[in-house]
Amino acid sequence: MQAKTLKTWTWVHKWSSLVCTVFMLLLCLTGLPLIFHHELGHLLGTEVEAPSMPADTPRVSLDRVLEVARAQHPDRVVQFVSQSEDDPNLWFVTLTPTPAPTDDFRSVVVDARTGAVLGQPRFDQGFMWIMLKLHVDLFAGLAGKLFLGFMGLLLLAAVVSGAVLYSPFMRKLAFGSVRRERTTRLKWLDLHNLLGAVTLVWLFVVGGTGMINTWADLLIKYWQYDQLSSLLAPYQGQPTVPLAERGSVQRGLEVALQQAPGTQLSFIAFPGTAFSSPHHHTYFLRGSEAFTSRLLQPVLIDAKTTEVTAAPHLPWYLTALLVSQPLHFGDYGGRLMQIVWALLDILTIIVLGSGLYLWLAKRRGEARSTAAAGEDAPGAVTP
Amino acid sequence: MNEPRESTLWDIWRWPVLLGLLTAVGLVGALFSDGGLGDLLAGLCLWAPALAGLWYGWGPRR
Repeated sequence: MQAKTLKTWTWVHKWSSLVCTVFMLLLCLTGLPLIFHHELGHLLGTEVEAPSMPADTPRVSLDRVLEVARAQHPDRVVQFVSQSEDDPNLWFVTLTPTPAPTDDFRSVVVDARTGAVLGQPRFDQGFMWIMLKLHVDLFAGLAGKLFLGFMGLLLLAAVVSGAVLYSPFMRKLAFGSVRRERTTRLKWLDLHNLLGAVTLVWLFVVGGTGMINTWADLLIKYWQYDQLSSLLAPYQGQPTVPLAERGSVQRGLEVALQQAPGTQLSFIAFPGTAFSSPHHHTYFLRGSEAFTSRLLQPVLIDAKTTEVTAAPHLPWYLTALLVSQPLHFGDYGGRLMQIVWALLDILTIIVLGSGLYLWLAKRRGEARSTAAAGEDAPGAVTP
Repeated sequence: MNEPRESTLWDIWRWPVLLGLLTAVGLVGALFSDGGLGDLLAGLCLWAPALAGLWYGWGPRR
C-alpha cells in the first residue's frame, strides 16, 4: 500500500472511531443487559406468565379481552394488541391517552382463556427501560435515533478502514500474535488488531442492522406515503372511526387470517395509530416457519365493516428492516447464541476501549517527543 | 540477523476470513433454523471467532 493511501485510511480510521467510540461504548454497555431482558425480567418479577390449564381450554373473544383492558384505563385508547410469541395464552394490550405515538403507555396482560387481568407490567420505568431508551434514542426521540444511526455509519467506516489497515500492521506478524513482553502500548495494539479481526463480520452486521433499525420510524412513514396512501384514497378526509362505530376486532382477526392462510397474528394496530390508518384495524400476520415468522403480512380491515380493504405485500425496505432486527438483537438462535452475543459484545467493548487507549498513548508519546525536541533545539531555554 | 519474512495477503487474511465466514454462516443459518440442531450449529459457528479471540488474547503463551 502506498504511503499516501495508508495515511488516508489511517485518517479515516482515527476520526471515524474517535467520533463514535464514546457512543458505541454506551450502546455496547446498555445492549448487554438488553440481550438478557427476558431472563432479567423473570428475576425482577416483571415477566407475566399464564397459569397452566388444559390445552383444549376455550379462549374468550378478543373483544372481551379489549373490554377488560379498557376497563383498567377508561381514560385511554387502545393502540396495539399483540400475542406473546412464547405463550399464545397471553394478550398484551397497549393503551395510551391518544392514538399518537408516545412514551406514556400502559400495558395490560390478559389471559386469553379466562379474560382475567394477569398483570400490568410497567415497561416505561426501571432499570431496563433506562437501558432501552439510552440504547434506542438517548431519550431524544427521532432525533436521538437518527443521531445514533449516524454514529452507526461512522462505526461501519471505522470497521472497514480498520480492516484495510490490518494488512500493513500484520505484514511481519502471525495471526493472533500478542507481544505481551514488549511495551503495554504494543500489547494493546496487538489485542486491538486481533479482537478487531475476529469480531469484524459480527460487528459489521450488528452495527449495520442497528443503523437500519434507527430508520424504522422513517421507513414506516415512507411506506404509508408510498403505498398505503393510494389504497386509502377512498377514505380521504374522513375522521378516525369512533369506538362506538367500530366492528368486532375478533371478527376482523378471523377475516384477516382467512385472507392469509398459514399465518398467525403478530399484532393489531388500531385506527389512527402510527402503524394503521384512521379507518382500519391493521392486522400484522407472521408466517409459521423459522424465517417467515420474522416477516409480516399486513391486512387492512375496515374498522366499521370488518371487510378486507387491502393486504399489500411489504416493500423490500420494510422486509430488510424486519430481517435486520433479529440480526441486531441476537435473540433468534437460542441460549448458546445469546451467551456468545454477550461475549462478542464484551470483546467489542475491549476493541473500542483499546482503540481509545492507543490514541491517548500515541498523543502522550508525541507530546513527549515534541517537548524533548524543543529542549534539544538550538536556543531552547533549559532550566 | 535475518529479518522476519513478510507475510502474503493469504497468510494475513486466511484466519480472519475463515472466522468471518463462520460468523456469517452462524448469523444467517440461525435465521432459518427452528431450534434444535440448527440453533446448535449456528451457535457453534458464532463461538469460533469469540473463542479464537479469547485463546490468542488471554490463552497460554506460545
